[in-house]
Amino acid sequence: MSIRPRVAVLVFPGSNDDRDALWALGALGADALPVWHAEHALPRDTGAVVLPGGFSYGDYLRCGALARSANVMAPVRELAAAGGPVLGICNGFQILCEAGLLPGVLRRNRDLEFVCRDVRVRVERPDTPLTRRCEAGQELTIPVKHGEGCWFADEALHAELEAAGQIVLRYAEDCNGSVGDVAGVCNEAGNVLGLMPHPEHAVDPLLGSGDGALLLAGLVDAARERTFATV
Amino acid sequence: MKATVLVRPKGGILDPQGEAVRGSLRKLGFAVGGARVGRLVDLDVDAETPQDARAQVERMCQQLLANPLIESFEIEVEGE
Repeated sequence: MSIRPRVAVLVFPGSNDDRDALWALGALGADALPVWHAEHALPRDTGAVVLPGGFSYGDYLRCGALARSANVMAPVRELAAAGGPVLGICNGFQILCEAGLLPGVLRRNRDLEFVCRDVRVRVERPDTPLTRRCEAGQELTIPVKHGEGCWFADEALHAELEAAGQIVLRYAEDCNGSVGDVAGVCNEAGNVLGLMPHPEHAVDPLLGSGDGALLLAGLVDAARERTFATV
Repeated sequence: MKATVLVRPKGGILDPQGEAVRGSLRKLGFAVGGARVGRLVDLDVDAETPQDARAQVERMCQQLLANPLIESFEIEVEGE
């Protein structure tokens, strides 16, 4: 068995950050494989799944809405239900919300502008596959690039998620109008995660920031543990 | 059987798109107090009766056409 844990990066029609995700995960020690949306199964020994950014299905209907019925989502749901780490980045976050795997929904940014810049985010919860290499309160600089990244939950749901510790990352500056400045959330079990910032674009300080590597390396750690625990 | 779904942003939820449309209309000289932008879906449904069509479209709305967190929907079925 390979010492590199296998991480599946889903590719939908319109995904466009899949290659950066594959490259970044590979550089961080994963055996990262692209998996086309029409597949009915994930590759053998898949230890984690990443849903990358982009504009799946042209953002038709609502961002992320149409991807929920893709073939590959069935095994992803199975992996998620079995406690496997699943990460949605940007459009992947939108897909996981629309699929009901994560709470809330991503709406058009409050000021209607496409936000494309580095933002500072704060780690609210360090005990997830994504944030396990971080400390609570740690600030990271990671780029965002989205027009519909305004996370929304009504007051009751938002309060419930705050109380349950399901807010994983929060913007440390004004970004897009998200309720509670939420930048990333997780499911109740903490193994399914979504965030709007793009850690795969921040794995080399030469390109501005290496902070994204902290997050993705955590995911690779989690995939490695899962692979060794189940094989 | 023909059916139409109207999807609207839920009341009380900020609709930045509607706000921008309102601003534009006002600039054109229209006295518009508010605008909210939704979506319309025309469907051709395989169904025996309008009741059956409505029941199917209702499920479509719940599963895909509307997101209940932020949108409300209204269904019109031809012949009802």
